[in-house]
Amino acid sequence: MVALDQVDLEVYDDEIFGLLGPNGAGKTTLIKILSTLLLPTQGEARIKGLDVVKQAPQIRRMINLVSGGETPGYGILSVKENLWFFSQLYGLPRDFAKDRITKLVDQLELQDYLNTRMSKLSTGYKQRLNLARGFVNDPALLFLDEPTLGLDVLSARHLRTLVKDWIKTGGKTVLLTTHYMAEADQMCDRVGIINHGKILACDTPQRLKTKVAGGATWKIEITPNLSQPESVKSVQGVLGLSQNDNIETGITTLKLVLEDESVMSDLLSKIRDNGCKVLNMGKSEPTLEDVYISLVGTGLEE
Amino acid sequence: MKPSLTVRRDLSNNLRAAYARMWVRLRGSNRDPIALGAEIGLPILTIGAYVILYHAIGLPATAGAAVIVGGAMIAFWTNVLWNMSSQWFWEREQGNLEMYMVAPVSRMAILLGMAMGGSLNTGIRALGIILLGIFVFQVPFQLREPFLVGIVFVLTLVALYTLGMLFASLFMLYGREAWNTANLLQEPVYFLSGAYFPGFYGSLVPQAIQFAGSLIPMTIGLDAIRRLAIGGGDIYSVWLHIIALIASILILFPIARRTLNYMESLGKKEGRLTLRWQ
Repeated sequence: MVALDQVDLEVYDDEIFGLLGPNGAGKTTLIKILSTLLLPTQGEARIKGLDVVKQAPQIRRMINLVSGGETPGYGILSVKENLWFFSQLYGLPRDFAKDRITKLVDQLELQDYLNTRMSKLSTGYKQRLNLARGFVNDPALLFLDEPTLGLDVLSARHLRTLVKDWIKTGGKTVLLTTHYMAEADQMCDRVGIINHGKILACDTPQRLKTKVAGGATWKIEITPNLSQPESVKSVQGVLGLSQNDNIETGITTLKLVLEDESVMSDLLSKIRDNGCKVLNMGKSEPTLEDVYISLVGTGLEE
Repeated sequence: MKPSLTVRRDLSNNLRAAYARMWVRLRGSNRDPIALGAEIGLPILTIGAYVILYHAIGLPATAGAAVIVGGAMIAFWTNVLWNMSSQWFWEREQGNLEMYMVAPVSRMAILLGMAMGGSLNTGIRALGIILLGIFVFQVPFQLREPFLVGIVFVLTLVALYTLGMLFASLFMLYGREAWNTANLLQEPVYFLSGAYFPGFYGSLVPQAIQFAGSLIPMTIGLDAIRRLAIGGGDIYSVWLHIIALIASILILFPIARRTLNYMESLGKKEGRLTLRWQ
């Protein structure tokens, strides 16, 4: 099985670069190769000019990795103790480590939980601790692998703001993987869209959206959902289609990227052939999701 | 950066990491009083049973002393096996192994920290067993060469924990079989090392078993300590044991280091260092 195929990417200093793709696209594999956790079967990868295979020890001084949904550390130790422990893996002197931990605890609003055992923290606070751990050595390059996975809206927003503020301190780079379109759009200076191990497009979110703006993006609400979505996708001029079902309301939202609007009548008749009733429809501004749909042919959740 | 400064920085970094990992082991154990009580209390019951049994069947009091020493020493093997070698397996399941791999720190430093923390913890357990022997069962010890006993004890621990480092490299890649493998390595060593035997190894154990047993540093160290602490022996009675222990360390350490590097590299090629719940 090929996890990554001919990936050719360059990430610049002082930028947040996002890798956007569905589960199994190869995002985490790429991050694990770059963070020296996996060896590539072929090709090469460099960080600040250093080879990830041959110069891994030097690279490890400059990087850190935070994976969403993971809680490295020891449950029996407190927040402060866990951070101290991880600071020692980077050789931080005692007082220096203490100051940095205090600062991180303030930034991540962990003050009230400083002496709480990690095992007693909620998912959101565990992820804050995980992020604090990622910042503990003040890395030049921080890998964030789906960092907001499982977080509530407020915690996720707080975390995004923190990362954006951190990158402004200068000399920092973030490589972020996510399958949240809005997160990539909001945080990233540039985005690479990856699917089946291949980079399909790579540019700023704005430029990527402009590329699909030449066509037409539509949002159509129907009920019930499409029994044969392939029949709609096969209409000449349909570049991509995603459908999201709302179980509570029974309404399905179709997002369509079209070459132009002349295909609309054929499209609507195909939708009706599926036994669906159109409830609402309208043209929408292109989003990263539309970019993804136009490149892959389906939505990220499918 | 000058090479000498890089070496100094790396050394300092690794020592800090080893100390921190030791501290985690000590702090973690002390926060779990049930586990601590079980670790100290339960082995005492087993050893107490052996002492009573040997006394009941009319063996000399030195038989009880041999079991007390064996019980104290075997605690270190259990610690090596469950809290160091197989620890890589648990660390991977928790997501900590990845963090160790991403950090600029030697895996040997982490293992050293586990070894130091584990041996301090187990030292308390061993001391508990010895005190039980002296004050409750009143077993006789003839300690003529305490300094020599100390040397043999330290050499045995270093050899044991070096062997633990070697096994740790296997556990790094293990999945669920880690539990069974640890069990498989536990009971045979209890038997082969003669931990619960009522006397000196050579006088009790058939030669074929002696050969297998002598490949384990625990057997050599335990027999030497028994000869010194129970038999009232001196350097002439254990010099061969000391040479064998030093040879074990000199052979095992480079093998452990190379195996650890090899298994880490293999794990990175096959992606097994980051796989969970195999």
